[in-house]
Amino acid sequence: MIMNIERQYIALKNNAPSEALKNVPVLSYEAFRERIISCLQDENKHCVSYYGVKTDDNNLRLICCFADDSDNSIQIFSAIIGKDISSLDSAAVESPQVHIFEREIHENSGIMFRGHPWLKPVRFAHNRADTLKTIDNYPFYFIHSEELHEVGVGPVHAGVIEPGHFRFICNGEKVHHLEIQLGYQHRGLEELFISKQDALQSCILSESIAGDTSIGHSLAHSQLIESLSGMEVSEGLQIERCIALELERIAVHIGDTAALCGDIAYQLGQVVCEALRTMVINTTQLWCGNRFGKGLIRPGGSNYPLNSEISDAIVDLTTAISKRFGEVTDCIYLTPGVLTRFDEIGVVTKKQAHIIGAVGPSARTCGIMRDTRKSHPFQYFKKYNIEPVILDSGDVLARGMIRNLEVHESLKIIRDLLKTWSLEKGKIEKPVYSYKLKPENFSVSIVEGWRGEICHSAVTDKDGKICHYKIKDPSFHNWMALALAVRNQEISDFPVCNKSFNLSYCGHDL
Amino acid sequence: MFKELKILKHHGKQYIEDLRKQSISPLFRGRPLISEKISEEEINAAAAVCPVRAIDSRTGSIDLGRCVFCKECAFLLPESIEFTNDYRMACNDRNDLIIKPGDKSSLVINEMKIRKEIRDLFKGALKLRQVSAGGDNSCEMELSASCNVNFDLGRYGVEFVASPRHADGIVITGPISVNMSRALEITYDAIPEPKIIVLAGTDAISSGIFEGSPAIDRSFLEKHHIDLYVPGNPAHPLTFINGIMDLLGI
Repeated sequence: MIMNIERQYIALKNNAPSEALKNVPVLSYEAFRERIISCLQDENKHCVSYYGVKTDDNNLRLICCFADDSDNSIQIFSAIIGKDISSLDSAAVESPQVHIFEREIHENSGIMFRGHPWLKPVRFAHNRADTLKTIDNYPFYFIHSEELHEVGVGPVHAGVIEPGHFRFICNGEKVHHLEIQLGYQHRGLEELFISKQDALQSCILSESIAGDTSIGHSLAHSQLIESLSGMEVSEGLQIERCIALELERIAVHIGDTAALCGDIAYQLGQVVCEALRTMVINTTQLWCGNRFGKGLIRPGGSNYPLNSEISDAIVDLTTAISKRFGEVTDCIYLTPGVLTRFDEIGVVTKKQAHIIGAVGPSARTCGIMRDTRKSHPFQYFKKYNIEPVILDSGDVLARGMIRNLEVHESLKIIRDLLKTWSLEKGKIEKPVYSYKLKPENFSVSIVEGWRGEICHSAVTDKDGKICHYKIKDPSFHNWMALALAVRNQEISDFPVCNKSFNLSYCGHDL
Repeated sequence: MFKELKILKHHGKQYIEDLRKQSISPLFRGRPLISEKISEEEINAAAAVCPVRAIDSRTGSIDLGRCVFCKECAFLLPESIEFTNDYRMACNDRNDLIIKPGDKSSLVINEMKIRKEIRDLFKGALKLRQVSAGGDNSCEMELSASCNVNFDLGRYGVEFVASPRHADGIVITGPISVNMSRALEITYDAIPEPKIIVLAGTDAISSGIFEGSPAIDRSFLEKHHIDLYVPGNPAHPLTFINGIMDLLGI
């Protein structure tokens, strides 16, 4: 831990021991807000999490975490807001990327952020401050005009996907504005982590945050528990976890390529990629009995240690995928009919991506170097240097292409890690469920899932029980990128834009 | 042109010929076997470790409608509890999902309880509407996969459609969030009669790990008859497909 001289913040490292809560500096709200605004002018910093925790005396402690990519640190600072305070100055005008965090704090606590451009509900959480507002009576944004018309889509969509409502305001075929309203998937997850203190229950919950990112979220959770309990895990286990994470990334990226091809009726690309995705998730199933890797990641150890049989199967898989995904993507991205539907469609500029604090491939396709495997390394990525793929056109083509390139990068990572694993495989411990968390501690855990930066953080009480659990899925930042991408696009391009991001509804709604 | 042909050659034949007999990874966590000799002490230990109260501490039975297939009870008691890779777990009687010590046979549909109109009307073609109501997107992806190039459920005339007006039934995933409860009801109402309801995944059948959350509302299920329960976390495509085929008598 490095303590800043003015005690404005503490700096933690990702995947490191937790910190006593009392060491997190408490600033006045004015200084807290100033710090948010001044720090976020630096493009190396972005907000990874910002939320309110109820204190024992019913005040609200705002905790803000910034990732600083220049020195691999996470800066944390806080402010205590008295229970009689009903409004605060917003920081969202100067630093738009905190807009969503302020909206969330407003929705949950009722505190008004003065000057916030639009305190739109985030997810209509069951414990929201104003229960008179419901998702069913939400007044959508509208524009009075003779020329414009609205198109409402959802919450139930045409395909077999999760629910969310999209309201387009169109000028002819052109999208003028898209409002995205989510919250339909809200299951009260964060509170369940507190009401169900049992270790195994927490693991199952973490796998269900977003089932398509089971490995990413359960790894973020296990890492957090290990940090709060002071557990250390072997290098062998860290390697296995990284391999599992990359398998998840490969599977989804290939599945997304299939979906993108499906949306433009390019059947060859769709069916070949569907079959390849099946091969990848069936390998995960061979390893742990579940196609999504549920049950694979546990704190302190693993129920499914890698063995040579599975390792061989993974090597064979990487060879097959490398060849067959390579030849089909060569075909996809050289077909003029595909390119006309992807090229320069749904552009998000680098400036926009910075402003909204985009993460993961959504940021990397806009020329932003933001990959926490490199900037805030965790598990074996602390030793294994990855080369993040960066593209700069910010369009559907870039978001398709980055999947292609990241699959090959992940295949390389897996092959390299398997080599290291075979040289130094040690005994893998059983999972630890009887851990004791350090009392009155705070920790933050970041994992680069396939959608980008996943962040879990928790606060423990004086008995070492979790009293606040905060989950941030990368989609929390990135939904805004989709809304920006479709502006001034043909409404018929919405499906490919949406697929190219493939954001999580349940990860956002929690 | 030649490039495409080469890709197709490498792609080869992908569809599973016999969806009834497809073999699956030995580690797949399917129907459990509980030893007849399981002791009271062991039952209590297993019930204590279960994260979702799927194990009855009196009888030692496992309720597959509640089970999240984490297999921790079997890791604890490898002599007494085993999870086989039998994916045929879908039933139309909720009570049949409860596996008792000594039960060894695959789960089967209770023919007596199938509504007559289901086979009369839907055997040749069944169009389904999927509603995710708090589902975590793994079950949804498995349902999509049921119709993909590998599993190809469409060969039997079963597919997911884009409008409830075109559907003969609804497949629900997720524990049913309060925020989705109205949309679910509206979707169901928009489907013409007669119609079926399928619950896919543990979250839908019993709310699974979300049990007791104030953000879920399961009153929809109390009002309607359920035609098929498809257990799993998520429900495997083969579990879903075999369940649908059993229900339709294919």
